[in-house]
Amino acid sequence: MSLLAGNAFAADSIPASLTGAKGDPARGRAIVANRQVGLCLLCHSGPFPEERFQGNLAPDLTSVGARYSEGQIRQRMVDSRKVNPQTIMPAYYESEGFVRVAPAYRGKTILSAEQIEDVVAYLATLR
Amino acid sequence: MSLRTALLFAASLLCARAGAGEIPPSERRSGYDLMSRETRAMQDDDATNPGMLWVLDGETLWNRKAGAADRACSDCHGDARESMKAVAARYPAFDAALGRPVNLEQRINMCRSKRQKAPPLAFESRELLALAAYVARQSRGLPINITIDARTRPFLEAGREAFFRRQGQLNLACAQCHDDHWSGKLAGSPITQAHPTGYPLYRLEWQGLGSLERRLRGCLTGVRAESYPYGAPELVNLELYLMWRANGMRMETPAVRP
Ligand code: HEC
Ligand code: HEC
Repeated sequence: MSLLAGNAFAADSIPASLTGAKGDPARGRAIVANRQVGLCLLCHSGPFPEERFQGNLAPDLTSVGARYSEGQIRQRMVDSRKVNPQTIMPAYYESEGFVRVAPAYRGKTILSAEQIEDVVAYLATLR
Repeated sequence: MSLRTALLFAASLLCARAGAGEIPPSERRSGYDLMSRETRAMQDDDATNPGMLWVLDGETLWNRKAGAADRACSDCHGDARESMKAVAARYPAFDAALGRPVNLEQRINMCRSKRQKAPPLAFESRELLALAAYVARQSRGLPINITIDARTRPFLEAGREAFFRRQGQLNLACAQCHDDHWSGKLAGSPITQAHPTGYPLYRLEWQGLGSLERRLRGCLTGVRAESYPYGAPELVNLELYLMWRANGMRMETPAVRP
């Protein structure tokens, strides 16, 4: 399904799972909906009728799984700057190179490899 | 203009061009304009504006003798409605003794220690917020009026640099939200252009009055950046930049915000 969407440039996709295993879509949904964990709904909206306050700074996530392959979603989660250097979307799996990070978060990624895989598995179901 | 300032100026233009850019004067909006009708009505009517409680306390403190000098603010400054008119609209202002700009709260505390011989009031204490709100109330409706000269320019530039710097674990600059996405919503909240027109102000979320520095610390914590202590030079530089950026906009103290 992703052959059409698959742009040929190198940093558009990370095909392999970060953990070597498949993520859990139910856990992924919970992460995306959680303002303190995923933070996604600060900027994005999506199919979350129970969440009253959703952002409008980023594309709606409904049907994102039809537009992108799992590898492309993974790349955007890990470090969206590889796709768009000006992006405001945080790099969820990068811990270095940031400025003045608060002590509690220093040297840490926003999400763990397992959490990224859960989110990728969930977003892939949105089609 | 020296080569260095010319370069700085060019660099700031480039910075601004990278995103949607600095907001042109004709498109500037106070946070007030982005609020619901109910919240605007609450601010507009002194009888419902909760910030007026602090202003009234401030008036009492203004006239109360304090410290080893046993003097009140009014003993030196007389009627604040005359002497403090338009004063808050030009703060942060340069202090020659310190060689840097100080904000209104710091200026009040300098008067306390030097003229009243009283211990400084803690940042965000009820008393300091009340005095600051009472003084700033005397600028309500008047235009923000920051003048920059050779002494203050480096602090303005440092504040501007901080505004455009990506920081924190979320790696976001103030400008990315407040210049580039001010018409958008972060979760349910309108983002605003970050014009500090109404401080200290009553925030419904705080259920109390708070200073501009409290707001800035909130945004810094939001992007998971290291915050600064109250009164830190870095915060005052940001305040100076934000006030300068809002030059000509009307003061609203005590404003109300969601
Ligand atoms: C601070 C803002 C912000 C946050 C938080 C954020 N994103 Fe994004 N995201 C964006 C923006 C803006 C884009 C659009 C592409 C670009 O500008 O890079 C985007 C693009 C995407 C895309 C590609 C969709 C498309 O149609 O292009 C996916 C998938 C995505 N985000 C998922 C997520 C998930 C999942 C989370 C939370 C775990 C998240 N984002 C958190 C701002 C954000
Ligand atoms: C991720 C987005 C984001 C970033 C980055 C951000 N802010 Fe904000 N800021 C907001 C939102 C949203 C509000 C208003 C809503 C609220 O009250 O929570 C706000 C409010 C403000 C206000 C109050 C405006 C008023 O009308 O009273 C000021 C001032 C401000 N921010 C300054 C800054 C500064 C300075 C920085 C950088 C150190 C910064 N912000 C970074 C989202 C952001």
